[in-house]
Amino acid sequence: MENVFEIRDLSSWFGENQVLKKIRMDIAKNSVTSVMGPSGCGKSTFIRCLNRMHDMTPGFRMEGEILLDGTNIYSEKVDPVYLRRRVGMVFQQPNPFPRMSVFENVAVGLKLNGRKLSRADISEKVERSLVMAALWNEVKDHLTQSGVSLSGGQQQRLCIARALAVEPEVLLMDEPCSALDPASTSKIEDLIEDLSEKYTIAVVTHNMQQAARISDQVAFFLMGELIEMDKSGKIFTNPSDKRTEEYITGRFG
Amino acid sequence: MARKTGGNIKDLLFERATGAFAFLVLFLAVLLFAVLLRESIPALRKFGASFLVTGTWDPVLEKFGALPFIYGTLVSSFLAILIAVPLSVGAAIFINEFAPPWMKTPVSFLAELLAAIPSVIYGLWGIFVLVPVLRDVLMKPVTKYLGWIPLFKGPVYGPSMLAAGVLLSIMIIPFILSVSREVLATVPQRQKEAVLSLGGTRWEMLRIVIGQHCIPGIFGATILGLGRALGETMAVTMVIGNRPEAILSLFQPGYSMAAVIANEFTEAVGDVYLSSLVLIGLILFAMTLAVNLAAKWILTKMVARASRGI
Repeated sequence: MENVFEIRDLSSWFGENQVLKKIRMDIAKNSVTSVMGPSGCGKSTFIRCLNRMHDMTPGFRMEGEILLDGTNIYSEKVDPVYLRRRVGMVFQQPNPFPRMSVFENVAVGLKLNGRKLSRADISEKVERSLVMAALWNEVKDHLTQSGVSLSGGQQQRLCIARALAVEPEVLLMDEPCSALDPASTSKIEDLIEDLSEKYTIAVVTHNMQQAARISDQVAFFLMGELIEMDKSGKIFTNPSDKRTEEYITGRFG
Repeated sequence: MARKTGGNIKDLLFERATGAFAFLVLFLAVLLFAVLLRESIPALRKFGASFLVTGTWDPVLEKFGALPFIYGTLVSSFLAILIAVPLSVGAAIFINEFAPPWMKTPVSFLAELLAAIPSVIYGLWGIFVLVPVLRDVLMKPVTKYLGWIPLFKGPVYGPSMLAAGVLLSIMIIPFILSVSREVLATVPQRQKEAVLSLGGTRWEMLRIVIGQHCIPGIFGATILGLGRALGETMAVTMVIGNRPEAILSLFQPGYSMAAVIANEFTEAVGDVYLSSLVLIGLILFAMTLAVNLAAKWILTKMVARASRGI
């Protein structure tokens, strides 16, 4: 299987505090990879390295390489702005822009970097993104309504549509359901499955059931280390590491 | 009424005493307004509403109108806002978003220190530095080539509406700057990250989050600065030129409401003259009160929004 990301000995620090320790991991194309582990294990820090979201965090430092299609994304040749167009992100808290309508929220990424698309082009991309995010039917008659007037689950799907509109190759999701109710969560999970046909998806979750439901492969993090990574079926039935077993059987975390 | 203090006599006394202080402040404000109103009655009787639109200021004939002063106060204040807002907001963006950590504290401290300088010092600096520089570097060349535009009409003396506006702008920068910094700091991190994650540059991130979150706050800061500019007396008096005429040209001397009161109060003979000055004071009081209330209202709404997380 073709790898989109190849992470080689990634270590990172916030100030003196080492958060990630020599992570080696491959993320396969058009698959769903879950990163799970207890709070503070470094899973969010890890996923935010993949689109250089830490660039502006004071005191952040890293070592090792993250290769995207063979190119180190932290090399000087790579523009983080361009990188983030290829590697989109959805956050823990739905974060639509409060003074923009539903339509504008999805269109906002299309107008960045001085891109000038025709109105028809923008409308078409907005609609396609909303359809992909399984939100179109609910909002098609309310496109001019404010983005924050939607429910929490709808807002999160709006944010997914916003991320999809710029046509990334990879979608990173940092605990996308942790602020949502069960019904909205299950919608987002179905959506993740559908999207994995076209996109490579990496999801951070602290919810094991969720990881089991949505992922092709699961990585288990503990205290900044990647303990084990394997096919979803294998890791939940027959983990190779004792600590993984302890975690999934609920002995800690 | 049930008393929460449980009958403790000290608590009761304390409550009453602090209550009295609070009431006293309110009482003073009302008293101030009442006295201004009472003292301005002779002028109100004589001129009525035409006081607001009359351009004559003639102590000899006892004919008074506030137009030149209202005009001068408004024009110099708006000029100050026009200059100070972009500078302050730009500086706030720089300090909050771009300045290296070691630079933030000294720069904002120095900027805010500007607010502690007595306004008479600003006035002196205005007379000796700002006015000559503006006259020779800006006003003379501009009036030579663009003098046909009414705004830049000569002759150039130096003390002028422009000088007052520029000096005022420097004086209100610290206020607009510090409020703008607070407003910028209320932007949720996740909103900034949302723009970055879509492939936005740092500039695009700022443009979008400021548009989404900061416009009412910056507007409030502007109004706050306007409130200060409207009431500023000493520095303006020293550089505005003190000519009671409403003239379009920014290079010509003008007069402001606060300046005319300060300059002429001691020499105002006759009831109508004195009363006219008090009436100008009343108008100024009402104007600054309205502007400050508006600023407070906008900023409170802004904070309420921020605390709701939107």
